[in-house]
Amino acid sequence: MSDAMTATETGGSPSSLYLDRIRTMRHVRNGKERVIEAILFVAAFCAVAVTVAIVAILLYEASTFFAHVSLVEFLTGTEWTPLFERASYGMLPLLVGTVVTSFIAFVVAGPLGFLIAMYLSEFAPPKLAEVLKPFLELLAGVPTIVYGYFALLFVTPLLQKIIPGLPGFNMLSAGLVMGLMIVPYVASVAEDAMRAVPMALREGSYAMGATRFQTAMWVVLPASFSGVMAAFVLGISRAVGETMIVAIAAGQQPNFTFDPREPAATITAYIVQVAMGDLPHGSIGYQSIFAVGLVLVVITLVFNLIGQMLRRRIREVY
Amino acid sequence: MASKESMELRGVIARNQRWDLIVGTVGLLATALGVIILTLLFLDLVLDGWRRLTPEFFLNFPSRRPEEAGILSAWVGSALVMIVTAFTAVPLGVAAAIYLEEYAPKNWVTELIEINVTNLAAVPSIIYGLLALGLFVYILGFGHSILTAGLTLGLMILPIIIVATREALRAIPVAIREAAYALGATRWQVVSDHLIPYASGGIYTGVIIGLSRAIGETAPVITIGALTFIAFLPPIPFSGDPPAGPFDWLFSPFTVLPIQMFNWLSRPQSAFHVNAAATGIVIIVATLAMNGIAIWLRSRIRAKLKW
Repeated sequence: MSDAMTATETGGSPSSLYLDRIRTMRHVRNGKERVIEAILFVAAFCAVAVTVAIVAILLYEASTFFAHVSLVEFLTGTEWTPLFERASYGMLPLLVGTVVTSFIAFVVAGPLGFLIAMYLSEFAPPKLAEVLKPFLELLAGVPTIVYGYFALLFVTPLLQKIIPGLPGFNMLSAGLVMGLMIVPYVASVAEDAMRAVPMALREGSYAMGATRFQTAMWVVLPASFSGVMAAFVLGISRAVGETMIVAIAAGQQPNFTFDPREPAATITAYIVQVAMGDLPHGSIGYQSIFAVGLVLVVITLVFNLIGQMLRRRIREVY
Repeated sequence: MASKESMELRGVIARNQRWDLIVGTVGLLATALGVIILTLLFLDLVLDGWRRLTPEFFLNFPSRRPEEAGILSAWVGSALVMIVTAFTAVPLGVAAAIYLEEYAPKNWVTELIEINVTNLAAVPSIIYGLLALGLFVYILGFGHSILTAGLTLGLMILPIIIVATREALRAIPVAIREAAYALGATRWQVVSDHLIPYASGGIYTGVIIGLSRAIGETAPVITIGALTFIAFLPPIPFSGDPPAGPFDWLFSPFTVLPIQMFNWLSRPQSAFHVNAAATGIVIIVATLAMNGIAIWLRSRIRAKLKW
């Protein structure tokens, strides 16, 4: 090494030329590496930029909205008519619409998703599970507009035969179909949690003479409890943010009612309704969709953070 | 030897086994429900709409008369928007995943990015529409254009592509990286010559799933204000008089398949609902085909890869 150094300093010999070339090559290579790393970092940082942009845009437009409307009226008023001549800005009807439809969806998707997860992870022969799971994935891939069609023109007429006098737009049908839509998601998150339970626990239970059902209920479920809860919470968050099914099948008229048979608008359906009309940029109606959008982001964010916390917990137990 | 206790025990065992059978059957039925609903959904659409699926349906513009209306502008719009979406999301998503998986040091910046990616995946799609409305349409002035829609959907599927690429990279054994480093390869040489080729299958799967999400997505595209009557195609580069520029189509107004379906679905006349069903068939076939390819690709990779 030291010989090589002196050779380079005195210069002229072939070995020094060779070393020089290596040095420049390494220099170029390191420079190129650094540039590439910087480019990759910028790409990764885009994720943060998108979040910042979402929050900034929502806050910016909502702040001009709240310069006209008091926060108290917005959060406690029971009438939402921002596009009328005599406008009132109480968003409770939209919130109630969202809660009712999401609740119905959860009533469908919670038990069904749990059952499917339990079946696939504890009961099904592995061969059968391999065939069934892709079908569930396909179901999760169906666009929500198609589910909306299904709710409006298949489920609602069906429900009208059971419940006479049910209006063509109603929260029940939208909620039910929304529930079917999130079943695959709930099932897959819950199944992940159940599969993460160590085999030794199951074997211990079987060795004591327990059946598969007993093992699932009293060993696997308690061990994966927080993961199953995470599946429920994340499923609800999906339902809260779902747009097309409710916009198509639940009607778009804000309606302060808890009766699932009635038509009502959700937060998302209201945004769609306003976006479809041609509201001038900067008007109060235009800003109102950002205000309710902000509420939507806060709700889903809270649900998602709880869900992720619960999901992470199962990994720490063992 | 059938003492009272053993009889009792037999009863307990029989009861437990009965419960096991019942729950197993209910579970199977619940799981089969997924298959049943998928079939029902598809049958419902096909029965309502198959008669409209003529060649003219694909070659006609939307019209006031339901029998003459078609989806030409919609499927061309969808295809063009998908091009923009793919060009936005794929390079960005793959690069971000490579950084997070292969380069990122363990520090708070990385942590912040990780949390962001997880949360972005769960942001309701309509919120991306609001972002686009505020940022792309008004602040950047792209208007209600193909460019705006493509960028919006691109940002929306970014987390899907990042997660899929990271999983594909993580599945590659460390030994491959170590072998390459041992021969003096730089980090980028390892990534570009070894990791990306090995991960390509997983990346394709993620890209296809992401694009299939984007092609059926309606809410964000409605939010950017694309729900209009479009009876023309975006300008073809270098054609027309005066000749259109190579990128003029990016700024053209447009419609996409799900929007066209929503438009027809919102009308009271049932003749338009038939058109909506036919459009629904086209959308569902496209997304199911893409999903099917992705699932098949993934199972093939799993079967083929033996490290």
